[in-house]
Amino acid sequence: MTLFFVSAISIATVLLYGCVGEIITEKAGHLNLGIPGIMCIGTAGGCLGVSLYMGGLSSPAEDASWLLLVLISLLFSLVFAAALGGIYALLTVTLRCNQNITGLAITIFGSGATNFIMSFVDRTHFDFAGKLISSSLPFAERLGGFGRVVFGHGIFVYLAIAAAIICAIVLNKTRMGLHLRAVGESPATADAAGINVVLYKYVAIISGSAIAGFGGFYYIMDYIKGSWENAATIESFGWLAIALVIFVLWKPNIGILGAFLFGACYIVAFVIPNITPTQREIIKMLPYVVTIAVLILISIRKKREHQPPASLGLPYFREDR
Amino acid sequence: MKNQQTKQNQIKKEPLLRLVKRDALSAKKIILIYAIAIVVSLLLSSVICSLFSSKNPLDFFASLFNGALGSSRRIWLLLQDTALLLGVAVALVPAFKMKFWNLGGNGQILVGCLAAVSCMFYLGGKLPDPLLILLMTVASIVAGAVWGVLPAIFKALFGTNESLFTLMLNYIATGLVSMFITIWVKSGSGVLEPIKFGNFPNLFGNKHLLTVLVFLILAVMMYIYLKYTKHGYEIAVVGDSPNTAKYIGIDVRKVIIRTMVISGALAGIVGLFLAGGIHHTISTASANNMGFTAIMATWLAAFNPLIMIGTCFFIIFISRGMVEVRGNFGFTNDSIANIVIGLVYFCVIACSFFITYHVVFRQGSAKNVKTDEKKGDK
Repeated sequence: MTLFFVSAISIATVLLYGCVGEIITEKAGHLNLGIPGIMCIGTAGGCLGVSLYMGGLSSPAEDASWLLLVLISLLFSLVFAAALGGIYALLTVTLRCNQNITGLAITIFGSGATNFIMSFVDRTHFDFAGKLISSSLPFAERLGGFGRVVFGHGIFVYLAIAAAIICAIVLNKTRMGLHLRAVGESPATADAAGINVVLYKYVAIISGSAIAGFGGFYYIMDYIKGSWENAATIESFGWLAIALVIFVLWKPNIGILGAFLFGACYIVAFVIPNITPTQREIIKMLPYVVTIAVLILISIRKKREHQPPASLGLPYFREDR
Repeated sequence: MKNQQTKQNQIKKEPLLRLVKRDALSAKKIILIYAIAIVVSLLLSSVICSLFSSKNPLDFFASLFNGALGSSRRIWLLLQDTALLLGVAVALVPAFKMKFWNLGGNGQILVGCLAAVSCMFYLGGKLPDPLLILLMTVASIVAGAVWGVLPAIFKALFGTNESLFTLMLNYIATGLVSMFITIWVKSGSGVLEPIKFGNFPNLFGNKHLLTVLVFLILAVMMYIYLKYTKHGYEIAVVGDSPNTAKYIGIDVRKVIIRTMVISGALAGIVGLFLAGGIHHTISTASANNMGFTAIMATWLAAFNPLIMIGTCFFIIFISRGMVEVRGNFGFTNDSIANIVIGLVYFCVIACSFFITYHVVFRQGSAKNVKTDEKKGDK
């Protein structure tokens, strides 16, 4: 049971990063279907950072410092993901290209580039780096099951929760958040009120992408402890994260709970003993079915606070009135 | 006072760059802009590929053409893949013309393929092949149509967001396929062996010709449907302005649902050909991401089914050519193809900007405005 919760929280963390990143982007009125690709490229960046840092040490097993490793990998992951997010922003905000098309192209490019970069990255120390990054507080093991569920994770889990909470506060309690939501609901109105629409869109898309990028990196380093197959798994998490955004009705704080539910759905199929492969496949479809149900429900109820940002997916050109 | 004045002057100053929406460009210019974008993207790709290997950029183009057109087998494969992608694009185009973002092409293909394969699996050998093929056709068309119409019904009745709905249906379709494979394959290997029954006949001794012909004909029919029929007109009006459509007495709900039945059914036919004509089996990767690739193809063709023949050919040309580039340049995995295709997409997407807008630089007049005002103040 403890193992189930620990695994569910791990998957939830991957999804939560992607979800929070996508929420920020969607609040600015941009449906970023490039999130799966951006999560991949963030992984590639983080892994590159890890291999550069570990490769530079004379005896990695002794000299590696947890803090430096985390900071360097975070920085690399952030720069890579933000760069790809920047391309998306350039194409959709400045050049006003179609968001769906651009997003799909970003995903194709991102997963391809990730596979490509990872085939060059030196992965000899990944096993060790993975263990170091996912190391938890030393007393967690002694606290029994509950302690392991609450304290037994690497720093990235707590960072994800912090990111979701901070994002919720900024969106709902600050002037900046109000402006951002205004940009997503009605850019023309926001523009008339003197808000710099283009700047808000750029900042939201790029910071959202940077946050999403951590998700893929966390999955590789913490959840599967530094092994690498290909970008397909991370890509599928990316699509699930986009589904999660709808499931939690564009609210990052509910996202924490929703991510856990999705993570549990994802992991439960592997944990239940004596289950046939067929039943396992059925359970794995659950998150998607639930998302569709939520999508239908919110469109039937039409409660105003539960709707997607009104100008989601539409480009804004000031002279179009 | 002085501060206020300078502030005013600053506001009056024109920005350095300014965007203006263009009137419709001539077809010649549009083609020129796209051609430049494609050439730029390919040059960029060739440089990137040669940076990571010992070959030079010219080899890139040689390999690209050789991979796509090097032998008669390669040419036929190129044509067959183009036809399949064209089939998906033809399926998606009425939906997109209606501004219904059908991102569920993959799922619709997969369920069509699944329906056909289940006919082959359960009825293969028990029914004569012609009857079986007929059943497969009906089954896959119905399956694809159901998968397409589900989001359409909810969109028509409640305004449910269709792009997210169709996206989720892709994953449910993938899940269904893995589920049926676990039922069919008792060994647990997860790989369904090709089924010998219900395979499409060769046309004039060529196994690719039937696929190519069918989807070419469908593309032409779709062109006629969209351009010359009442349905096509209704789709265009609903896409441009649902309110106008309501005002002139078009039943918007009916149009949305009817169009998505057609869209899904056509995607189902692609699944049918994958099952009966090409793979004779199914896997979760059977759709080969064509649902997404075809979106690019339709969009690049400005939703014109005849131009789509060209765009599909181009996309498949690049991806088949990249197989050869990858081998010749010594890349270990096929990711380089995705990078190149991604780059091509970026350049082509970006160039659409220059078709809709043009950039106006600040002209010398800005200075004059300032000095004029100062004079006026005095």
